[in-house]
Amino acid sequence: MMFRLEARTTTPAWFNVALPVAAIVAALVLCSGLIALAGAGVFEAYGVMFSAAFGDSYAITETLVRATPMIFTGLAVAVAFRARFWNIGAEGQLLAGAMAACFVGAFPMPGLLAMLLMTLAGAAAGAAVAFVPAVLRVRFKVDDVVSSLLLNSIIFYALMALIETVWKDPFSGYPISPPIEDAANFPVLMEGTRLHLGVLVALLAAPLVWLVMTRTVFGFRIKVTGENPQAARYGGIRVERVLVATALFSGALAGLAGVGEVGGVHFQVMSDISPGYGYSGIVIAMLARLNPLGVVPAAIFLAAVMTGAEAMSRATGVPAFLSDVIQGTALLAMLVALLFTAYRLRRVGGRA
Amino acid sequence: MSVVLEQIFQVGFLAAILRIATPLAFATLGEMFSERAGVLNLGIEGIMLLSAMTGFTVAYLSGSLWLGIAAAIVTGALMGALHGVLTVALGLSQHVCGIGVTLFGTGLAYFLYRLIFGQQSTPPNIVGFKPVAIPFLSDIPILGPAVFNQFTLVYLAIIAIPVSAFVLYRTPWGLSVRMVGENPRAADSAGVGVISKRMQAVILGGALMGLAGAFLTMAQFNAFTFGVVSGRGWVAIALVVFGRWDPWRSAGAALLFAFVDALQLRLQAAGLGHIPYEAFLMLPFVLTIVAMAFMSRNAVAPTALLKPFRREER
Repeated sequence: MMFRLEARTTTPAWFNVALPVAAIVAALVLCSGLIALAGAGVFEAYGVMFSAAFGDSYAITETLVRATPMIFTGLAVAVAFRARFWNIGAEGQLLAGAMAACFVGAFPMPGLLAMLLMTLAGAAAGAAVAFVPAVLRVRFKVDDVVSSLLLNSIIFYALMALIETVWKDPFSGYPISPPIEDAANFPVLMEGTRLHLGVLVALLAAPLVWLVMTRTVFGFRIKVTGENPQAARYGGIRVERVLVATALFSGALAGLAGVGEVGGVHFQVMSDISPGYGYSGIVIAMLARLNPLGVVPAAIFLAAVMTGAEAMSRATGVPAFLSDVIQGTALLAMLVALLFTAYRLRRVGGRA
Repeated sequence: MSVVLEQIFQVGFLAAILRIATPLAFATLGEMFSERAGVLNLGIEGIMLLSAMTGFTVAYLSGSLWLGIAAAIVTGALMGALHGVLTVALGLSQHVCGIGVTLFGTGLAYFLYRLIFGQQSTPPNIVGFKPVAIPFLSDIPILGPAVFNQFTLVYLAIIAIPVSAFVLYRTPWGLSVRMVGENPRAADSAGVGVISKRMQAVILGGALMGLAGAFLTMAQFNAFTFGVVSGRGWVAIALVVFGRWDPWRSAGAALLFAFVDALQLRLQAAGLGHIPYEAFLMLPFVLTIVAMAFMSRNAVAPTALLKPFRREER
């Protein structure tokens, strides 16, 4: 029996669910080797992980709180990649959003106004950072992958420089920004948990972005620009404008990830406010096949792995860093799985 | 100003520049080989970290530094091969794979380190490489002790620059690598194996990145910490662009960055750190982005960078 790779023009809809599930299963299976290496039971470890992430209502709220910034960065990357604007810079855009929100939230004003202004400032800051690689690309033909990646380091060092000097909390010995006003803290939705308003906003943002991408002219332009810029140009779409607009949209979404972390979780800015949520956004967007609705379950999966890994570590002694390995493996597995959208295996010839 | 000059003309300062430049030079040359073949390797940050970890661990457990170096090089080459299989053989998108390789390498390094050494209040350390004085040359005033009384790996980095330039510009292999990075279609027609040449370049690049990581944990810090690489991989990405994908210029850019870094460390130690040191750390990234805006018109980047090669697509 022989197999041949054939190009595929269409993919069945069930692939959108089957591929990420297959990639996640593959990642978990591959990483089970590391659990065994650590001398723990594979099923026990994953079991602890699962129940710590979803076991009771408090665990579920913690997972959702963790998923919130990643829903935003996942949406940011999904939107950008649709237009083939390669935004690797969600991390820096998140940090910029967090800084802007924290700066605004420190001024005394009514809570509702503060939250509104923090949101606007954070979105604007994220958009401003994403604007740079977009303009460099359309004006100067600068590769957006490298420029958006390098901006992450620039924003990170800017943040560090600020919180170590002029923006350092005078009442703290650590490099940390002054906190926002109490009135600006996002309201908690459920007594006794950290489930804040931003979680709800994130869960609503995903269908909203989906509507924008599938039901508006702007979304259509993004899609056409990404799929076939020449055709888009012939069709009267100003591709450069669409790219810049997409970048602003994407950057604003990543900025909102930072707003939620400041308003709902940390209430100030520190160097480790994001443990790589921007890069996780790439994993999530790929798992979601760039579909905004798919971003939510993908983000919840990664969040569950992260919260679950800590409990697993306490219970079994397997290092919690397993979650980082799972994240990387899931992304690589998903990329390999995507080959099945471009090719199919077809049996040729007779029996051997 | 005179204080600044005083700091510059010191043996320790010149020596520090070379020590800071060495891992950057290895990493930059590694990334350059990969990119000249048409493959952007954003996995560099994770490859350096994982190699830094394996090199340190093997040296710690075996007591042999050179065995550690070998382990780091093999780790880097294997990670390069992973990136190569995904992006060259399977033709998957280079930037997303690179991020995946970095996430994977970083996670694996943290995981294995914690597994092997557990949680300790002070990180375990090794007796790292000692400077080796070159007879006669090290007696030259100022320059001698700074340049010719260094770690063996520093000498290796200095040699690696002309060797890389020679390999890239003067050997058939180097020519093929440049061809598959510029015009894979033409290279293929000329009978050059695009896939194999790209794989070789990415694996060689990974090995050099591994050496860069090993230098950090086995000569510079003599211990592994989670922040040991702390963005040096991204610096290398910037330096390759800033050095216009040329071994001499890229290594020169590494030296320039090391100079600025060493200077800010000195000024800080001398109590002259009015400017936060992050401003210096930001510099290579800012300069590279500015340089990219000016450079792009000349199109010096390898033409086929980021473009997977598939024979059947014409």
